[in-house]
Amino acid sequence: MPEVRVRKILTTVEEVFHEGGPPPSTPLRRAAALAVIHNPFAGRYVADIAGFMDDLKPLGLDMAKALITALGGTSRSIEGYGKGAIVGAAGELEHGALWHVPGGYAMREVLGGAKAIVASTKKVGGPGTRLDVPITHINASYVRSHFDAMEVGIADAPGADEMVLALVMTTGPRVHARVGGLQASEIKGEDGLR
Amino acid sequence: MKARIRKLATFVEETRSEMGRAIEPPTRRAAAVAVIENPCAGKYVEDLSELMDIGEELGELLTERAVAALGIAPTTAESYGKAAAVGENGEIEHAAAILHPKLGTPVRRVLGKGAALIPSSKKRGGMGVALDIPLGHKDAAFVRSHFDGMEVRINDAPRANEIMVAVAVTDSGRPLARVGGLTKDKIKGEDGLR
Repeated sequence: MPEVRVRKILTTVEEVFHEGGPPPSTPLRRAAALAVIHNPFAGRYVADIAGFMDDLKPLGLDMAKALITALGGTSRSIEGYGKGAIVGAAGELEHGALWHVPGGYAMREVLGGAKAIVASTKKVGGPGTRLDVPITHINASYVRSHFDAMEVGIADAPGADEMVLALVMTTGPRVHARVGGLQASEIKGEDGLR
Repeated sequence: MKARIRKLATFVEETRSEMGRAIEPPTRRAAAVAVIENPCAGKYVEDLSELMDIGEELGELLTERAVAALGIAPTTAESYGKAAAVGENGEIEHAAAILHPKLGTPVRRVLGKGAALIPSSKKRGGMGVALDIPLGHKDAAFVRSHFDGMEVRINDAPRANEIMVAVAVTDSGRPLARVGGLTKDKIKGEDGLR
């Protein structure tokens, strides 16, 4: 399979102190890592693309490690995650789907066995396209306080023959979470759901 | 702190290739952004000294954050810039009060030097507005390779009564600079211009 050609990496960290309500004792931190890569399948239909997933694994690991560093350096502080992809105009949505396995694998690997499915989204779009990357709790998808999303994008990407690959991690619930549901303290941690 | 900060965000952009050419070492730039309450929103306030003081605080905080995000020694920073976006209940003069009277001194103190004018931009806008932070070499404004700009945006800022304040710092110029002019090795560094 083709090599992974990275043009640009963008790392974003948000530290949320409050949203009009009482500030929590520890601010919420959210981080996104975005890689702009060449889409080796752009411009034509390629039937056999699945091998590229393995090629993307080292990049995924680099991005997942960069997120943990950006959020304080320890995987224990990570409570939520998500992933996404923006495919440039000369590619197809299916190319974005190549990110599911390596993106998810990378975050589980560095987090030491997170149980929940990694929430994801993807689209085809031009440079500057914004993507709302969904976020859920790393060990139990139903934890309502951790349902979140982070908007990401890069002004000059993706070019037509590029893809933007995104990973997102957070350190806690929404800053004023108060709509009930399963609490992080109630996680059984058996099936990745509750 | 006088500034009432709701959110802090940092962005680090690393360009590893441009037009198919490897950029070694990669060019890197960082922006730190604060989303603050605008104490003068919704009314005409003659004396803007409170905003000027906030600018002084943010000059230090944001420069420290941007340098930390780049992971460089502050004295090795090469270019800088600043910008502000005022929410719809504020005036453009509020951005000017934050950016111009007092913000620059702590920026230069953190970086060790900074003979050149800090290039700036400002606007009024709604949430998610794109802020284009102009960049110029910190010791000689005429260094052509370092004329640049960095776009940042935060999807939920500025709210109507908020101001988004940004400081950008780089450790390099444009990726494939080749339009001549003054180069950084020819800086005299006396007047901030050449």
